[in-house]
Amino acid sequence: MGIEGVGARVARKEDKRFITGGGRYVDDMVVPGMKHAVFVRSPHAHAQIKKIDVKKAQAMPGVVGVLTGKELKADGIGNLICGWMIHSKDGTPMKMGAWSPLAVDKVRYVGDAVVIVVADTKGQARDAAEAVEITYKELKAVVDATKAIQPGAPQIHAEAENNLIFDWELGDAKATDAAIKSAAHVTRMKIVNNRLVPNAMEPRAALGHYDKAEDHYTCWTTSQNPHVARLVMSAFYNVAPENKLRVIAPDVGGGFGSKIYIYPEEIVCLWASKKIGVPVKWVADRTESFLSDAHGRDHVSTVEMAFDKDNRITGLKVDTIANLGAYMSLFSSCVPTYLYATLLSGQYDIPAIHANVRAVYTNTAPVDAYRGAGRPEATYVLERMMETAARELGVSPAELRRRNFITSFPHQTPVIMTYDAGDYNASLDAAMKAADYAGFARRKAEAAKQGKLRGIGMSCYIEACGLAPSSAVGSLGAGVGLWESAEVRVNAVGTIEVLTGSHSHGQGHETTFAQLVTQRFGVPIDSVSIVHGDTDKVQMGMGTYGSRSGAVGMSAIVKALDKVEAKAKKIAAHLLEADEGDIVIENGEVKVAGTDKSLPWFQVALASYTAHNLPAGMEPGLKETAFYDPSNFTFPAGCYICEVEIDPETGLTEIIQFVAADDFGNIINPMIVEGQVHGGIAQGVGQALLEGAHYDRNGQLLTASYMDYTMPRAGDLPSFKVSTSNTPCPGNPLGVKGCGEAGAIGSPPAVINAITDALGVVDIPMPASPATVWAAIHANKH
Amino acid sequence: MSDVSFTVNGRRVSGSAEDRTLLVHFLREHLGLTGTHVGCDTSQCGACVVHVDGKAVKSCTMLAAQASGSTIVTIEGLADGAELHPVQASFKEHHGLQCGFCTPGMIMTATDMIARHPEGLDEAMVRAELEGNICRCTGYHNIVKAILAASETMAKGAKGKAKQAA
Amino acid sequence: MYSVNYHRASSVADAAKLLKNGDAKLLSGGMTLIPAMKTRLAAPSDLVDVSRLKELQGVKVSGKTVTIGAATTHYDVSTDEKLKKACPALAHMASLIGDPAVRHKGTIGGSIANNDPAADYPAALLALGATIITNKREIAADKFFKGLFETALKEGEIVTAVSFTAPAKAAYQKFRNPASRYAIVGVFVTKGKDGVRAAVTGAGEDGVFRSKEIEAALAKNFDAAALGGLKVPAKGLMSDIYASADYRANLIAVMAKRAVATANA
Repeated sequence: MGIEGVGARVARKEDKRFITGGGRYVDDMVVPGMKHAVFVRSPHAHAQIKKIDVKKAQAMPGVVGVLTGKELKADGIGNLICGWMIHSKDGTPMKMGAWSPLAVDKVRYVGDAVVIVVADTKGQARDAAEAVEITYKELKAVVDATKAIQPGAPQIHAEAENNLIFDWELGDAKATDAAIKSAAHVTRMKIVNNRLVPNAMEPRAALGHYDKAEDHYTCWTTSQNPHVARLVMSAFYNVAPENKLRVIAPDVGGGFGSKIYIYPEEIVCLWASKKIGVPVKWVADRTESFLSDAHGRDHVSTVEMAFDKDNRITGLKVDTIANLGAYMSLFSSCVPTYLYATLLSGQYDIPAIHANVRAVYTNTAPVDAYRGAGRPEATYVLERMMETAARELGVSPAELRRRNFITSFPHQTPVIMTYDAGDYNASLDAAMKAADYAGFARRKAEAAKQGKLRGIGMSCYIEACGLAPSSAVGSLGAGVGLWESAEVRVNAVGTIEVLTGSHSHGQGHETTFAQLVTQRFGVPIDSVSIVHGDTDKVQMGMGTYGSRSGAVGMSAIVKALDKVEAKAKKIAAHLLEADEGDIVIENGEVKVAGTDKSLPWFQVALASYTAHNLPAGMEPGLKETAFYDPSNFTFPAGCYICEVEIDPETGLTEIIQFVAADDFGNIINPMIVEGQVHGGIAQGVGQALLEGAHYDRNGQLLTASYMDYTMPRAGDLPSFKVSTSNTPCPGNPLGVKGCGEAGAIGSPPAVINAITDALGVVDIPMPASPATVWAAIHANKH
Repeated sequence: MSDVSFTVNGRRVSGSAEDRTLLVHFLREHLGLTGTHVGCDTSQCGACVVHVDGKAVKSCTMLAAQASGSTIVTIEGLADGAELHPVQASFKEHHGLQCGFCTPGMIMTATDMIARHPEGLDEAMVRAELEGNICRCTGYHNIVKAILAASETMAKGAKGKAKQAA
Repeated sequence: MYSVNYHRASSVADAAKLLKNGDAKLLSGGMTLIPAMKTRLAAPSDLVDVSRLKELQGVKVSGKTVTIGAATTHYDVSTDEKLKKACPALAHMASLIGDPAVRHKGTIGGSIANNDPAADYPAALLALGATIITNKREIAADKFFKGLFETALKEGEIVTAVSFTAPAKAAYQKFRNPASRYAIVGVFVTKGKDGVRAAVTGAGEDGVFRSKEIEAALAKNFDAAALGGLKVPAKGLMSDIYASADYRANLIAVMAKRAVATANA
């Protein structure tokens, strides 16, 4: 490893612009003649639109346009789609209700966009938005998914009777039931996974610009996958043909899943730009983000776990109700199905698993993938069950897990996945050592002397990353393939540009990806540039989510680098009059092994472009493209341990220590990987202790600002103890697995296991706020 | 409309803006200083922190007119030419940022924090002082590390200067 | 934010004159008013900025008498060396308001004139038996805080300072709302020449109030142990998604105990 190559803690190339105020986010973009948009949103969770009167608004100062859903439909703009088809167990396709970018007849959640107002300034647009008169007929709303499927509940979409989108299953029901029936012990729990709001710090934004002279559209948008946005906007929403639409996702201030989807606003801004004849910019305020960003989680599960007399798991039965909100967002259907139930085997050898999932419409914001997407829900189910089972069986939580660990690979689970590599004992050992697990009893006794309650909890997670083999996901209903593309362009002077379909919104691709190139050719990292986020520059890509940029995005780069290296060697062999097999590239030089014959890297590059002396028949240039389609998912795994101390008088939980021991396969930049884990843990701890989207019965979001939704702050968290013990992934050229979501997946059960341990209770709802913990202590006393 | 004038990052600037214009919008839209960000509506996230007359304030909670006559430093004015401010350098060295959106506010808060605590900082102090700055990417781990390291570097620098002067 | 006219007052008298414009409001630190205007919950026609008036600035300590100018920021209160000696509890309380950037702008006068039911200063001034001085008169804290966002201030009246006699002992403890970081419960206790006073913020349906139960328990014995069996009634306390009235009642007792322990330390 060089100081800038694979495995090095290279400081990030992209940081310079961010720490000096030079980042360029969508809201920083200015186009001549640009106007500002404000959306009029539904104040009701469920209502018929009787009348929309925009006359007053149109006459307000500065207003250049006020447009409604009727006009949008008249122009042929399509409805939003869900891109993953799920079939119910009776064979019927999922029941997708229409989602118009601007509501036409009916609104279905508070925040549903109804009218766009465009004016010279945002203040004027807001003034005018207040003057838009909409007459609603309010309907009864339902926000709780378990109630929405009851007979007589308000009907949200005509297409989905009883609000049931699909009733899907995976696994062997008969075998699982038999295992439960013949079990020595069965642990049963109802497990609730609370609804979260992703809260990337940069609110969503879009700038649509229609160039009349060129008949061409440009959309700057806060997207994790600009190419998918372009594809979907042209293929399904009829905004513009793909060749006339450029989508740019410049610097994007965090995504966590919430910026994967193509939302109504970017579609409407593009359409309005053409309709009104001005560039239209919209930037969400924070409350708008709370109301209209796709939320995450929101599962209610009934779970049974069967054990034999030796404490081996013999079966797992899970019945889950997943709240998908008012509309089916782009990937919403795959989250509680193929990203959830397929991970229900966890790190354990479970012979029989059956999962039944009902996805349900409610009058709440759409729910889709949020950091981890399905895998945190699966891990929470399993690891809460394991903890409770250990307590019921009277064995230590570590022992019960060890007893059931999968130890030989490849391992075929009963729920589709084939795990390729792992060492679950190694991460459990590492975590227990780092946490001084053995010393916990002593620490607990000391805390008790101070009147404090200590608890410790662990969680052994597994996840599936590297989304995903295209043919596999295609057979499961995905509307797209999940490969990635890369192009490596060696310039005539030897500097290198890598164009990637991955998108960085905080992950540090400009550094990690460049390290691959530095490693390969020995060129300084400053001579490598990573280009991403612009459909005019990068031919095609699938974007960044599901911890796929390493395992899939970098694998594509490796493939392209292979091709560049091969061609460079051919050229060098020709120039040096050597055998191609004897050429090595290192430290910026192209050498003939075992001789002193060499050429500087740039001369090979230059030779490829001057083309004065190339091997016979070779095309000039040194630029290669590759598409990489993974052969399997990757399976990062690990063990997290959380130790808490609770003040019984106030219910305040303090995290005394948080330990993460992960297996991410090979690591390119440990500093960046650790940063991903830190951030993921903060979000997982946030879910367990602090965060929760809370709707009232009428569908009003009570947690629609930072005054009411608790974001993890520095004072809520400790510094984390993170480490890795890695087994290389055999499925991709770099042996990498992915690290973006692990923290958020593994941590919530560790925290709740620790709190329930401290309190001596079976369960506590998330978020375990001080009031909730205090109430649990209080209830225990009486 | 009001006429406003300030010294921003060492330069005298003046302009005219609606009285309801917030300082952050004046900086971003009138002066093109887009490094200062807006991440919330409730004065809690701190992405907008700048220094007004030497103190960290939330530029989303101050009218441009209120600040007229003041001396303002934004993230764009922190570095000394090509040389990064020690807090900027420390954020880079310790990976105290990911998406970069909260970063300008974090750095402006951190420089103010370090200036107010010449006696030095510890982890608990830094975490308490970050009450008004929200980051969604880093879990704060490396931000805290970066601020502590910068505080030490700057204390050493100050001592060195004091020695030179003596 | 709706359109607004901004005025910078040159004196308190000038501010009083400017306040006669339309539906004008005083602007001091703006830490509550500007967010309310941004979300269009407040819509004054005019703003009269008094934050730069020298006559409203600063902490004066003369013997036991403390006087704080209305436009003194939380930061200046929290770091004032004279105040830290005379009444450290108040300086400490000011250091717990909001966050550093908020403390650099927010002022004591603005806080009490707004009388947010979860603000800290109302509890402090009530427990200190402070006097609120306006451009027209002096008002005892007991008569000043009237209910949610309501005070005894009349139209056009401007708080210029607050004044109190430093108590022998005092302390403030608060338990924060996890999201907003305002007090779910804050208890300020004092022991002075007129006895014990305990004021509670964050909890009451009618805003800040004095707790008879705490004061009675501490009157004989100003010690945390005296609050051992204290039961604070939940009646009249707020309930929201972060704290039920019962939980708030519990926290009042806990924070009071901790405040007394701190005051005695």
